[in-house]
Amino acid sequence: MFDMISPQLVFGQLLIGLINGSFYAMLSMGLAIIFGLMNVVNFAHGAQYMLGAFAAWVLLNYLGVPYWPALFIVPVVVALFGILLERLVLKPLQNLDHLYGLLATYAVALIVEGLVRQRYGSTGLPYGSPIPGGVNLGFMFLPYYRLWVVVFSIVTCLGTWLLIEHTKLGAYLRAANERPDIVESFGINVPRMVTLTYGLGVGLAALSGVLAAPVYQVSPSMGSSIMIVIFAVVVIGGMGSIIGAIATGYMLGILEAMTKIIYPAGASTVIFVFMILALIIRPNGLFAGAGKS
Amino acid sequence: MNIRLLWFVLLAVILIAAPFFTYPVTLMTILCFVIFACSFNLLLGYTGLLCFGHAMFFGGAAYITGYILKTTHISLELALLGGVGAASLLGLLVGWISLRRSGIQFAMITFAIAQFIYFIMLQLPFTGGEDGMQGIPRTKLFGLLDASTSLEFYYVVLAITALSVALFYRIVHSPFGEILKAIRDNEPRVESLGFKPERYKLVAFVLSAGMAGLAGGLKATVYQFATLTDVSFPISSEVILMTLLGGLGTLTGPMVGAGLIILLNDYLSSFGEWALISQGVILLIVIIFFRRGLVGELNALMWKMRTRAGSKGSASTELASGSPGE
Repeated sequence: MFDMISPQLVFGQLLIGLINGSFYAMLSMGLAIIFGLMNVVNFAHGAQYMLGAFAAWVLLNYLGVPYWPALFIVPVVVALFGILLERLVLKPLQNLDHLYGLLATYAVALIVEGLVRQRYGSTGLPYGSPIPGGVNLGFMFLPYYRLWVVVFSIVTCLGTWLLIEHTKLGAYLRAANERPDIVESFGINVPRMVTLTYGLGVGLAALSGVLAAPVYQVSPSMGSSIMIVIFAVVVIGGMGSIIGAIATGYMLGILEAMTKIIYPAGASTVIFVFMILALIIRPNGLFAGAGKS
Repeated sequence: MNIRLLWFVLLAVILIAAPFFTYPVTLMTILCFVIFACSFNLLLGYTGLLCFGHAMFFGGAAYITGYILKTTHISLELALLGGVGAASLLGLLVGWISLRRSGIQFAMITFAIAQFIYFIMLQLPFTGGEDGMQGIPRTKLFGLLDASTSLEFYYVVLAITALSVALFYRIVHSPFGEILKAIRDNEPRVESLGFKPERYKLVAFVLSAGMAGLAGGLKATVYQFATLTDVSFPISSEVILMTLLGGLGTLTGPMVGAGLIILLNDYLSSFGEWALISQGVILLIVIIFFRRGLVGELNALMWKMRTRAGSKGSASTELASGSPGE
């Protein structure tokens, strides 16, 4: 059986795994950041990712704004939407059971996805690659844009991780989660910090969306379908552990791709099987201890 | 007490007469979802556990019940019990895995596992995949009673629903139900009193799964088909909406919610995406403005009026349960 597997297939799948893993990592990281500070599971994360991709598509097709400026404009615009959402919806719920935050963001996701589907239909829309072409590595063909996605996502993930774990700002963020009253007594506006953090998380989701537009088809369901995997990633990595989320994201992307080579029918379920096994073997998360469980 | 009896008789008369005035299939759909909403309410409303994938029990049992009816000559109630058994077993497994984490993570795990079940149902040959399972027969009840027309079958569904609601009432008002409520309100305290919350939560989860399975199996016999929609996330989401809209942790609220949402879906079915969008809007409004739900707010209002009138009527135990968990 194994001699039928060519190196082209293996490396091709490995690249797909890395690409998927890049998006899993970026989205789970945003989710972990938001959860870490606000104790809110942002169910709208997928919808915000989808909005990012759609915003890039709309900018290109209606206003003629190409990919590179969109990569900066879109995250800011969608983050502003996120900030509005935090002020109007999440703030009134912050002292209630965390389940309400999850349900409220779920309702937002339902509305956003429904509206986009109503306006643009269910079929995927194409978005041309901003860096066409690629390089032949001898054992496989590597499109430049895919290389860009992998490099850019690794840099973004590491940068965000450094920002939160190794800067003063990050220290404030982490402290505000533990004891908001004490951080406030230092003269720091904690509610504003919470709002900005949510904005940051949402902006990251939108950034992933723009990044994803040329790779996948831009469609209303792209957010809800990736959300299922993201939840599994965050559960496996341990809630609120940023490095856990990043590592698990890449790992599962590759695991999924490898399963596609060995047992194609299992590719859609391998992540869930892995999650169940991880829960049985390590109930507190694979990276428990590094973050909060 | 007499007023209560009067309401009860009135409700019974309405339910018995209803199929002569409206389409029985819509009524039966509502009744199935009444059972489903009760099963969900038992978890979220009374135990404080948010299962974000309750469709796996509903749809799973729909397939199992349908499969039993299609491949054997077994009578209807045994096929339904088969579905309930399968859903309970699945509930035991899923509960065993997902109850390792609590609160929000429990919700996320059940969500992911439900999706896993969806993919499995898509791939298993007996479900018919994308086409679904068609032509599920309505066999004779107890092997004797033929109730295959929609009108006759309505009374079968009504009787089963009445029994389920009675069972739900018994569970919630039993000492076991009191412990569930205590776990919802203060789990560490319950543990310190020498109970094992995990065990109670698992039993509640299995009961809820079984009841959701009954609802799903019944739905498969009403429509005489089972499809992937039954195991899909929108069904899980609808039952959450029904429960919250009607009133979390109130006895009747989720049933009212089930009726309203089914009617709304019926009404909006020709408007494409607007059915889902309006569900999102309703959910958001309920969460931000009236978390007690319709029945909960009504109870609170009546309680206020009663206390203002100065009478010392017995407090409804459901009043305090506006929010689950802490």
